[in-house]
Amino acid sequence: MRHIISILMENEAGALSRVVGLFSQRNFNIESLNVAPTDDPTLSRLTVTTVGDDRIIEQITKHLNKLIDVVKLVDLTEGNHIERELMLIKVKAVGAQRDEVKRTTDIFRGQIVDVTPSVYTIQLTGDSDKLDAFIQALGNNTILEVVRTGVSGVARGEKVLSLH
Amino acid sequence: MELLSGADMIARFLADEGVEYIYGYPGGAALHIYDALFRQDAVKHVLVRHEQGATHMADGYARASGKPGVVLVTSGPGATNAVTGIATAYMDSVPMVVLCGQVMSHLIGEDAFQETDIVGVTRPIVKHSFTVRHPSEIPEVLKKAFYIASTGRPGPVVVDIPKDMTSPTERFEYVYPKKVKLRSYSPVMRGHTGQIRKAVELMRKARRPILFGGGGLVLGKAAEKFTQLAQALDFPVTTSLMGIGAYPQTDRQSLGWLGMHGSYEANMAMHSSDLVVCIGARFDDRATNNTSKFCPTAKIVHVDIDPSSIGKTVRVDVPIVGPAESVIDEMLHLLEQHKADPDHSLNDWWKQIDDWRGSRVGKLYEPAEVEATLKPQQVVEAVWEITKGQAYVVTDVGQHQMFAAQYYKFDRPNRWITSGGLGTMGFGLPAAMGVKLNYPEDEVVLFTGEGSFQMMLQELSTCQQYDIPVKIVNLNNQSLGMVRQWQDLNYKSRHAQSYMKSLPDFKKLLEAYGHVAMEVKKPEDLQPTLDKAFAIKDRVVFLDIYVDPFEHVYPMQVPQGAMRDMLLSKTERT
Ligand SMILES: Cc1ncc(C[n+]2csc(CCOP(=O)(O)OP(=O)(O)O)c2C)c(N)n1
Ligand SMILES: [Mg+2]
Repeated sequence: MRHIISILMENEAGALSRVVGLFSQRNFNIESLNVAPTDDPTLSRLTVTTVGDDRIIEQITKHLNKLIDVVKLVDLTEGNHIERELMLIKVKAVGAQRDEVKRTTDIFRGQIVDVTPSVYTIQLTGDSDKLDAFIQALGNNTILEVVRTGVSGVARGEKVLSLH
Repeated sequence: MELLSGADMIARFLADEGVEYIYGYPGGAALHIYDALFRQDAVKHVLVRHEQGATHMADGYARASGKPGVVLVTSGPGATNAVTGIATAYMDSVPMVVLCGQVMSHLIGEDAFQETDIVGVTRPIVKHSFTVRHPSEIPEVLKKAFYIASTGRPGPVVVDIPKDMTSPTERFEYVYPKKVKLRSYSPVMRGHTGQIRKAVELMRKARRPILFGGGGLVLGKAAEKFTQLAQALDFPVTTSLMGIGAYPQTDRQSLGWLGMHGSYEANMAMHSSDLVVCIGARFDDRATNNTSKFCPTAKIVHVDIDPSSIGKTVRVDVPIVGPAESVIDEMLHLLEQHKADPDHSLNDWWKQIDDWRGSRVGKLYEPAEVEATLKPQQVVEAVWEITKGQAYVVTDVGQHQMFAAQYYKFDRPNRWITSGGLGTMGFGLPAAMGVKLNYPEDEVVLFTGEGSFQMMLQELSTCQQYDIPVKIVNLNNQSLGMVRQWQDLNYKSRHAQSYMKSLPDFKKLLEAYGHVAMEVKKPEDLQPTLDKAFAIKDRVVFLDIYVDPFEHVYPMQVPQGAMRDMLLSKTERT
């Protein structure tokens, strides 16, 4: 099963490489990963999506928790949560394609953020399935480039992942 | 307020931390630190002949004492030479702090002379690592390094120190930090009471229980408590290779150690048990054989300080995360409340175990009489007798290691010192030196093989310089015996590269380093030579003992089988 593990860790040199190294060292899988500092400049928030059965996921969280740089973590998929990913996608847009691509973008509530006579650059946010669906919906149009941030997420409701 | 250079802070910190010896080798990036060490005498430095030797010396000391061993090496090749020793310590959870010189901060990343990203190289084999970014943070970084290395599940910590951090001209305030602040690291102090209660319930109901102790009992100084627990329960006791000594092996309840080359009775009892209470072992593949056939009728209680050890290789019914000593303490308290409990008869189980045990008496190996080649097993037994079972026993890796584990009986923890997890040939000599240097009054015996010994023999020179009189028992089978055994069993005796042609004349070699050497080729010479060797207390004595090159280590579990599936000799199996 797919899991989203969200990690609060020390914003220090080497911390990221320890997390990434752990996954390759122990043969765990990483589907996507993103990381950025938080409102507290001493902490970064790292979100990793991974796939594994319960035993593997338990091992992943235990080993992550063992890393000295990891302050706290949560497996968001254990409860209700919100997940988002941002995609920037460049699509060839000439002639009739221009209207069609625009329409599809509107349906997915994306935005065209850059335009040239032959290319649209579209921004789209949502969960990963929605981004996949958009790519599918573009169908026969020529996709020039796809950039995805990987998943970020938070738990729904009152629950927070913070120091306290 | 005291102002010190980074280099002086390191020397001072080590003294304040109570470090007596450090083991190392100098080089450019570490020279400021070496100069600081020269100008003080609280911390003594042992100059090894190869950085790997320094790590194993520190490791041997750490295993015997329970305190972190400290290593100092220079950047680049100095640090990479230490890698095998760091990995060895990591696999056996040995507390160690490795200080590595590094090129100047402004040169990092430029492929400067003797630059290696040692933090990167060692990342998968350390508990943690630090790079010093400012000289003023040295005391705090070192305190954290020692704290992390020696608490929780111990392990090696690397501290990377760019040369400009130790510059003699820049001075900063030095205060020895008494406490450490680490918001993201707090080792568990006790186990979950509800879980411990569940475990005790199972222990009271079990009819075929077995206690299985691991290296965590030794590292966690819990051997005494473990022994009390075993005796309060009257359970049979086995240990992992690393747990040897956690329970007195000469006691009736001891079944010896288990696993690939473990005892017949321990492996049989594990397989047939209805409850395995494992404390401080990690169920690795050499201990469990095929996990899908492992202990099919047993419930498993697993106590470990490292949560990631639990459920890693085998399913566990009652997981307990906590330090062995406090968890056992709680178990003992709970058991105390049920003292008058009548339904606790293990008679049938003990009878079964005694049958297993009895069936192997006198069948383990055939000692050589006159005019035959000595058996390695009988050499170990003779050494056990002459040292009255009281020596620190250090080994290298191979058949001799297994024979030492099988035939030397340990009644105390911290006396059995072997590279279990990594299986590092070459570990033995420097590790034995690390023990002897710190315990000069005790007998320290190294069991080695002519293959392993040649991997670190340069340290004979260090023995000479610092006067470290270890006893070296070379079980010379003129081959890489363990490799050869596997080739006999799995490759139709095609002995690819397991025979070492042109062995050195060990006697001359040892004499060249200023040591005493004796040769034993005939069974009848064994005892008199041992008597002579062990009468010498102030010299390194090397015993080159020719043993049967065709001998195999048995029992040997059948690959992919259950615990009870064993070869018992070249012709018998279970
Ligand atoms: C550094 C290293 N290289 C290779 C091995 C693989 N290996 C395990 S045992 C062994 C043979 C050891 O020979 P020796 O030291 O003579 O011991 P014996 O088995 O003959 O008693 C080898 C090569 C190892 N454990 N460590
Ligand atoms: Mg050999």
